[in-house]
Amino acid sequence: MSEENHCCCSPAGCCASESVTAHDKKDKWVTGEIPMSQGSVPAALTKLNFKDILGAWKVRWGIGRADYKIIPGLYAVGNPDHTSPVLVSANYKLTFDTLRKELSGLNCWLLILDTKGINVWCAAGKGTFGTDELVNRISLTGLPGVVSHRKLILPQLGAPGVRAHEVARQTGFTVIYGPVRACDLKTFLGSGFKATKEMRTVKFTMWDRLVLTPMVLAQSGKTSLLVFGVLFLINLFAARPFGLMDFIAYAGAVVTGAVIMPVLLPFIPGRAFAWKGWLLGLLWTAWLVWLNGWFAPGFLILAIGYILILPALSAFLAMNFTGSSTYTSFSGVIKEMKIAVPLIALSSVAGIVLVLINKLSL
Amino acid sequence: MKHMYLKNVATLRLSVEKCLGCGRCVEVCPHEVFNINEKKALIKEKDRCMECSACAMNCPANAIAVDSGVGCAAAVIMGWITGREPSCDCSGGAECC
Repeated sequence: MSEENHCCCSPAGCCASESVTAHDKKDKWVTGEIPMSQGSVPAALTKLNFKDILGAWKVRWGIGRADYKIIPGLYAVGNPDHTSPVLVSANYKLTFDTLRKELSGLNCWLLILDTKGINVWCAAGKGTFGTDELVNRISLTGLPGVVSHRKLILPQLGAPGVRAHEVARQTGFTVIYGPVRACDLKTFLGSGFKATKEMRTVKFTMWDRLVLTPMVLAQSGKTSLLVFGVLFLINLFAARPFGLMDFIAYAGAVVTGAVIMPVLLPFIPGRAFAWKGWLLGLLWTAWLVWLNGWFAPGFLILAIGYILILPALSAFLAMNFTGSSTYTSFSGVIKEMKIAVPLIALSSVAGIVLVLINKLSL
Repeated sequence: MKHMYLKNVATLRLSVEKCLGCGRCVEVCPHEVFNINEKKALIKEKDRCMECSACAMNCPANAIAVDSGVGCAAAVIMGWITGREPSCDCSGGAECC
């Protein structure tokens, strides 16, 4: 059977006679197959191997992130039977790996929805981790014949995409929202589906924030190449006005907005992300200007120029971290941007003019 | 440490008359915005609401309304440039069919 013959949107539907889930046989995380009346179900390993860990590292840096997914459908963990719980998740491989590594020693079914390789929370926001996909996937995998109970455990962060009462009405399955984090699943399952307040709350620890920064850095790195290109061209035609110190000034502002601000997030005074980034950017720039002695008369235009550009740049990058954060609202972001974006733009343009005047008139 | 975003911006609304007191909103909210008091839901900490709409989606009585959207500046900027609704599409993800 070739994968190309059918549309990728319904891989589970094409070969129900052999395998409930048309998984890739080469995948090392599939340990075997569990025969069922409606076809065999691939069993997933609960340990991560080197390839899984390397894959996670790569997507954290944004490499191949858009295509890091597994085939949606039904999977098994351990040796489940008709009474085993059904856990629902997304087909982003990083999500799937995070889930299965917490399930060692358990017997359960995993119903993986087609979220186009996006994690549960983001997919729920977009609606791909949603009522329709869940209802469809239940019938495509023949789940009602696999288990005798009628309960589904969904990750709590899937709730923005799913109407639990609608799922119950259409399929007869009751939706139970499990903990936010996969690492709490064992306790949750062991306690008769009781989630504590702690399990229900989204955190955003320093480590959570740190692992997100390579992605932001990689994205701003790409844009920075453009800036370097322009500076290089100016250097070619004018008498090499831009040097190492300008590079350090710029790179420092990028790191301040993209890494330092996210890591220090709750400790920086104020609430708006752009403000927090601007404040740190100002500290960086002031320190740099002072260190280089640019407060002297001959350099004053340069100093003011950089104070206008660099904190604005940090502010912009910090503002974009709202998308990675776990607590910013749409209304809040709009309010923040209406003030921050014009200020950032004005400040940057004025600063660029001043720096160019200084660099090209020397 | 509790993270706090801007004050008085969340669009979360709750109709206490419609509320059945089932507690789904308390269950699905990732930021402990709701409480159940005398068999009715109550907005306890509105400023912690991130407008994800989990509560509104799962309320069987349609008692909750919120203008949801992505709380992401990059998505809003893309929306301004392309003239479309802001959506978190930073990962690309071209459809195959």
